[in-house]
Amino acid sequence: MRHPHIIGGKIFFMDTVSWIGYISLGVFHGINPGMGWLFAVALGMQEKRRSAVIGALFPMALGHAISIGVVVLVIVLAQQQISTNVLGIACAVVLFGFGLYKLFRARHPKWVGMRVNFKDLTIWSFLMASAHGAGLMLAPLLLRMPAGGHSGHTHHASASMTDSAAVLLSAVGVHTLSFFVVTGIVAVVVYEVVGLALLRKAWFNLDMLWSIALMIAGIVTAGMVFWGH
Amino acid sequence: MLQQWKPDPTFYPSPKMAIEAPVEELAYVAAPRDDGKPDAMCVVDLNEASGTYGQIVNKLELGVRDEIHHFGWNACSAALCPYAPHPYVERRYLVVPALRGSHIYILDVKEDPKSPKLIKTLTADEVEDRSGYTRPHTVHCGPEGIYISALASAGSEEGPGGIFLMDHYNFNILGQWEVERGSQSLSYDFWWHLGYDIAVTSEWGYPGMIENGVSLEDLGARKFGHKIHIWDIRHRKNIQTLDLGDDYQMILELRPAHDPTKAYGFVNAVLNMNDLSSSIWTWYKDGDDWGIQKIIDIPAQAPENPDDLPPALKDIGMIPPLVTDHILSLDDRFLYVSCWGTGELLQYDVSDPFNPKHTGTLKIGGITKSHPHPAAGPVSGGPQMVELSRDGKRLYFTNSLYVAWDNQFYPDGANGWMVKADINPDGGLELDPNFFVGFGDSRAHQIRLQGGDSSSDTFCYS
Repeated sequence: MRHPHIIGGKIFFMDTVSWIGYISLGVFHGINPGMGWLFAVALGMQEKRRSAVIGALFPMALGHAISIGVVVLVIVLAQQQISTNVLGIACAVVLFGFGLYKLFRARHPKWVGMRVNFKDLTIWSFLMASAHGAGLMLAPLLLRMPAGGHSGHTHHASASMTDSAAVLLSAVGVHTLSFFVVTGIVAVVVYEVVGLALLRKAWFNLDMLWSIALMIAGIVTAGMVFWGH
Repeated sequence: MLQQWKPDPTFYPSPKMAIEAPVEELAYVAAPRDDGKPDAMCVVDLNEASGTYGQIVNKLELGVRDEIHHFGWNACSAALCPYAPHPYVERRYLVVPALRGSHIYILDVKEDPKSPKLIKTLTADEVEDRSGYTRPHTVHCGPEGIYISALASAGSEEGPGGIFLMDHYNFNILGQWEVERGSQSLSYDFWWHLGYDIAVTSEWGYPGMIENGVSLEDLGARKFGHKIHIWDIRHRKNIQTLDLGDDYQMILELRPAHDPTKAYGFVNAVLNMNDLSSSIWTWYKDGDDWGIQKIIDIPAQAPENPDDLPPALKDIGMIPPLVTDHILSLDDRFLYVSCWGTGELLQYDVSDPFNPKHTGTLKIGGITKSHPHPAAGPVSGGPQMVELSRDGKRLYFTNSLYVAWDNQFYPDGANGWMVKADINPDGGLELDPNFFVGFGDSRAHQIRLQGGDSSSDTFCYS
C-alpha cells in the first residue's frame, strides 16, 4: 500500500513509477520537433553557429517548465479541495476530449518570427507546450500521488502544503530536465550530423501520436478512478 | 478530418533539397480571355514519356472576364518553418484569384492532378467584405496561412491596397494583414525574408489606372508606383520605404533570395520615364536598415518600321522592353528576365547580387518584331510570365500580360502560347524547338508546376 509520508520506497517524494513516468514524458515531449529542437536547429542554421542551437535550449526548457508547472500547480491545489475521484474523472474527461479534438481538428499555434531573444523563446515554448496540452499529459502521474490533506493522518495543513510543493517541484524538475536533455541531444545531432533531410523521411505525425497519447492518458486516469490506485 | 501521417513529400526544408526534387510532370496555366467566353485553368502535360507531352490535356472553365492571373498553393515548404510547424497539411489546392472579377476560386488537384475540381468560390462580395480589399493578386503560402495581396481598398477602388490572410484549412478570409501601414497605399506583389522576419511589398496602380489598358495620362503624371516597402512581419508594421524615384514607374515582381540567410532580393522597374528603359534593382539589408540599388538597365529598341508600332507607342517611336516578370533559380544563381515589349528573355548570373553578368538571350515575339518559334513561326506577344523548374534546368514562359494591355501593345492579336527553354548549367539557354503549346484565342498567363516551382515555396532553413 502506498503512503505519502513514508520516505521508504520513494526518492524525493516520488515512487519509481512516477520517476519513470515523468522522465518518459520528458523524452516524448523532447523528441517532438514542434516543442523546441527544430527551432533550435533553425536558429543555428540562420546564424551559422552551434552556440545558437545550445543557447535556444535554455529558454525553451524554461517555457516548457512554466507551462507544465501551471498545470501541475492547478492539479495539486485541486487535490487539496476536491475528492480524488471527482478530480480524476474531470482530468480523464479533459484529457480524452482534448486528444480527440486535436486528432480531428488539425490546428497549429500561430507564431511568426525567427529573430527571437530569450524572452521570446520562453514565451514561444510556453505557448507550444500549453497548446499541445503537454502539462495535462502528466495528470495521471500526479493523481497517483494522493494529496497530504486526504491521507487520514493528523498532519498540519502546512505539512501537506510542503509535500505538495515538493511533489510539484520534483515532477516539474524531473520532467523538464528529461525534456531539456532529449531536445538538446536531438537538436545538436540533427544540426551537426544528420541534417534536415531527416524531416522529409522521419518526421511522422507526432501530433497525431500526441493526440492519441492524450486520449490514452485520459483512459488511464479514468481507470485509476474506477479500479483504485 | 484525420491528418496525414507523413509530411507532404513536396515540402523541402531548404532550397538546396528542393533542387533535388523530381522532374515536374504537369503545369497549371491561367488562361484569361477577352471574348466573353469563360477564363480557364489549363493543365499542360510535361511528362516527356507521355503521348500528350506538350499539350493542353484539360481545361477547367471559371468566370467570364475575371482575369485569372496569378495563383498559388494552399500550402508549401513554409509549413516546415520551425516556429509553427504543420507539415501534415497537403499541397493539394490551388488558390486562384480573379484579378478583375475579385472572386477567389479554390481548386482541388489531389484526386486527379490532370483534372482540377472547383471546390469553393469566394465571391467578390465575400472577398471585399471580409478582407477590406479588392482586386486580389499574388498568393503565397506562408507560416500563418495563405497570404494574398490586393490592388485597392474595397469600395473606393483606390488606396490603400494591401495584404489579407486566408485560413489554410477552410479558406475563410481572416482579414487585413497590416497593423501599421505607414505611407503605403499602392500595392502589387509581396514576398518575404522569413529568416529576418521581413516582408517586402511593391507598387503597381489602382484598378482605374490599369483596367482599360495602361492609363497614359496617369503614366505621364507619374502616378504609378515607384517604391517598395519593408515590413516587420512579427508586428505587421511598415518599417521602411525605399523610393526608386518617380522616373521609375511600376515596381512589380519581388524575388528575394531563396536561401533564408541571405538578406537581398531583386525587383523590376517596368518603365524609366526618361528613356523607356526597364531596370532590375537589388534591395539588401544594410546594418539595421535596408537599401536598394539599380543593377541592370535594359534599353528601349528602335523599330524597323515605326509605322508598325501600336497607337500607344506611335508618338514615342520606340519599343520599351517592358520588363514585367523575372524569376530567380532556387540556388540564387540565375535571374531570368522577361522583356515583353522587345521579345527577349535575358539570363543573368546574379551570384554577386550587385554585379550581374549577362549570360544568355532568347528572342521570341516582340512588338513589331514577332521573332519566330521553331515549331510555330512568327508569334505575337512576348516573353512574360516566366517559371523555372526546381532543378533550374527547364524554363517555361507564356506571352500574356493583362488582357487589356495585350490589346494595347499587341493590337493585332495576342493568342496565348507557352514555350520551354533548356538551361545550360554553366549559363546560357535555348528554346526547345519542339515545345510549343498554343492556347488558341485564349491568353496564357501564370504557370505553376505540379509539386512546386521556383516561385511557389519559401524555406526556413538554408
